[in-house]
Amino acid sequence: MVRDGCSQWLEADGPEKDVVVSSRVRLARNLAGYPFVHKARADEREQIIEVVRGVLNGIGGDIGTGSRESGGGVEWVDLCELPKLERGLLVERHLISKQHSKGSQPRGVAVSSSDESLSIMVNEEDHLRIQVLQPGIALDNALEEIGRVDDHIEAQLDIAYSPRFGYLTACPTNVGTGLRVSAMLHLPGLRLSGEIEKVRKAAKAMNIAVRGFYGEGSDVAGDFYQLSNQVTLGKSEQDILGSFAGQFLPDIVEYERSARRSMLDSRRLVVEDQVFRALGTLTHARQLKADEVLDLLSYLRFGVCTGVIDMPLDVVGKLVLLTQPSHLQRLCGARLDQAERRVERACLVRKTLSEAGV
Amino acid sequence: MKRKCDFCDSEAVVHEITLAGGKKIEKHLCEMHAMEEGFEAEGGGASGFLTSKIVLAAGQKQPAGKPGKREGCSDCGTTFDEFRKTGLLGCSNCYEAFEEQLGPLLQRAHDGATHHVGKIPSRAGSSVDRQQRLTALRRQLSDAVEAEQYERAATLRDEIITTEQDAGLRRGTAASEGEV
Ligand SMILES: [Zn+2]
Ligand SMILES: [Zn+2]
Repeated sequence: MVRDGCSQWLEADGPEKDVVVSSRVRLARNLAGYPFVHKARADEREQIIEVVRGVLNGIGGDIGTGSRESGGGVEWVDLCELPKLERGLLVERHLISKQHSKGSQPRGVAVSSSDESLSIMVNEEDHLRIQVLQPGIALDNALEEIGRVDDHIEAQLDIAYSPRFGYLTACPTNVGTGLRVSAMLHLPGLRLSGEIEKVRKAAKAMNIAVRGFYGEGSDVAGDFYQLSNQVTLGKSEQDILGSFAGQFLPDIVEYERSARRSMLDSRRLVVEDQVFRALGTLTHARQLKADEVLDLLSYLRFGVCTGVIDMPLDVVGKLVLLTQPSHLQRLCGARLDQAERRVERACLVRKTLSEAGV
Repeated sequence: MKRKCDFCDSEAVVHEITLAGGKKIEKHLCEMHAMEEGFEAEGGGASGFLTSKIVLAAGQKQPAGKPGKREGCSDCGTTFDEFRKTGLLGCSNCYEAFEEQLGPLLQRAHDGATHHVGKIPSRAGSSVDRQQRLTALRRQLSDAVEAEQYERAATLRDEIITTEQDAGLRRGTAASEGEV
């Protein structure tokens, strides 16, 4: 079901793309009158899916007029029927969580067909997990769009809510607005200059969580960091967005840029050496591991953003996605074991970079 | 700096500000003296004072009997111990069933927050809308008192009274004329 080629959020140009890879907003919602997902029986989960699917019409593209012809609308994917490889593609494209890709219980996801910027997971930890994903930093737009989707859904369904606690969620860390705003940042400058710990400390002081490339529970890979708000109760949506995107993020972006600048000023040779070593490995290696390629592409991205290497940034974004296991296997049209994947991965990287003229 | 009780050296946890005839009357009381003065703690027990730093003339509703730690949620059977282990509540009613235990937990997880501020589902109706507004106003009032912005506190209190009257929540003559 996923489009050929790449994800809009990794490929497309977005504001502050040199530091902010992508930004995302997510709402947790539950239907009134049903137990939360982990307490719901299979037949209740089926009912929840049915109820939600009943209101999906008109979502995506222009709400209300969204039709297939205009490129709007969402596509429903039953995850119980979807083969493992396809589920892997959805995880790698950040359209579903790892947790949601596993298990046998009734569950699914609706994805906006035009650009995959909208996804609605049904029966994950909460009945509904709505997310809008954008390239670069575009959280204001994302919040507006997700608000429209949420309005459309709650105009037709009774949503679990209490005046004191707000939107009720299975885990109380999401209660209140149910809103999580996050951004995927690329911070090689701060990591190389040894200042990443300061970012972690500043984030902690502001109740902002720092995670790895795949979100919850994942390690940092390739200097990609996912930052998100932790407080969802007692602050309005606008306040949550404001203190994150209006205050914290711009500071970090500037901090990273100045770290990059001062490294280039004082240690240009070292930076160039590292970037070109990475490029050398990428253009010549015959086997590449998954985490290795992310580290090398991180250096490449760093080189492109600082003007050390002249090539389009979207090629790097594309490689970050296409070198991941499920995408690689789809591209090759075959199931590959780990050793085979390393060979195919190196092959894909060499070919892509040579086509880009590097 | 914490404000001391009007009657002793303990920290004041209840603050009442009234404006009568252009004159501001402040009361700052510790837990013990607040009880002696006849203030009722929200939710019963001394800890109620800590979450509600401002006492309004309107009566606080007493929550109905809540299940203890052993008893489960009447809707889904989830016990508080179970929640402790999994980190997940079983249904919407769990929030009511474990309201007392969840309060401090949520405060820790959400930087001291006790009440929702923000969007309200459209189908929740206007009464919820008003409750929401009251909650927000009470919070702002509490913040204003903490910051010792008493003029602002007085304005907010005015708004709370009007909103309560609109909602028909305010019975009798809890607030005498001239009091703001
Ligand atoms: Zn006292
Ligand atoms: Zn329950």
